[in-house]
Amino acid sequence: MERIPILKMGDSLLVSIQVDMHDRLAMTLQDDLTAKIVATHAKGVLIDISSLEVVDSFIGRMLANIAAMARVLDARTVVVGMRPAVAITLVELGLSLPGVRTALNVEQGMKLIVPHEEGADARREA
Amino acid sequence: MHVERHDTVPIAVDDDIVRVRQRVRDWAVSLGFSLVDQTKLVTAASELARNTLIYGRGGTLTLETVVNERKRGLRLTFEDRGPGIADLTLALRDGYTTGNGLGLGLSGARRLAQDFTIDSKVGEGTRVVIARWN
Repeated sequence: MERIPILKMGDSLLVSIQVDMHDRLAMTLQDDLTAKIVATHAKGVLIDISSLEVVDSFIGRMLANIAAMARVLDARTVVVGMRPAVAITLVELGLSLPGVRTALNVEQGMKLIVPHEEGADARREA
Repeated sequence: MHVERHDTVPIAVDDDIVRVRQRVRDWAVSLGFSLVDQTKLVTAASELARNTLIYGRGGTLTLETVVNERKRGLRLTFEDRGPGIADLTLALRDGYTTGNGLGLGLSGARRLAQDFTIDSKVGEGTRVVIARWN
């Protein structure tokens, strides 16, 4: 069965969605990620959607569900790389992704889910 | 106004929603729509195709390139022979759903298209027509 790969890096899980997902695939990703957070004790989840040309209400709901489930499991989620045309369309569709943290790219997204890195930077600056 | 080109695609299984998105994208690109307009039309089509599949129990999408004196547009007609919608006003309200979705499909698609019409008869089916002009 077709699956979106989930990579583990440190305490974080990384997902890059590279295909136009059908609804079942999106549901599978949601289930896989939730199981993997528990199995790996991950503290952060980063989802890269820079390849997605469309985010409709189904995929939007999947992103919101993942963020909510991760929060309940003590992990932070950040969605990165949303295309400008997708952002414009999502807002007009009526979907503002409440509860979902976003960042412009992977680098900035990692800073949001790995807070101890910020602490390390602060120590260096001090 | 006349129809320059038309095609019909089935909406019967989950994967057909992806195919609808791809087909609408291809047609929107060939009509020279901007990236934002393409994205709005494809997103609206995705919502309506899912409604046709889930609530209408399957149906068809007809794509048409329409031309009037001054401009060209893409018209999309989603038809099913499902149970129909008893209260259209309620169905078009943001956040209203009889399924387990967000209730943004119809209302969102209406905002994303320039033209939007819906006809539904209980026991006979539903037809939604949207269009965007270039």
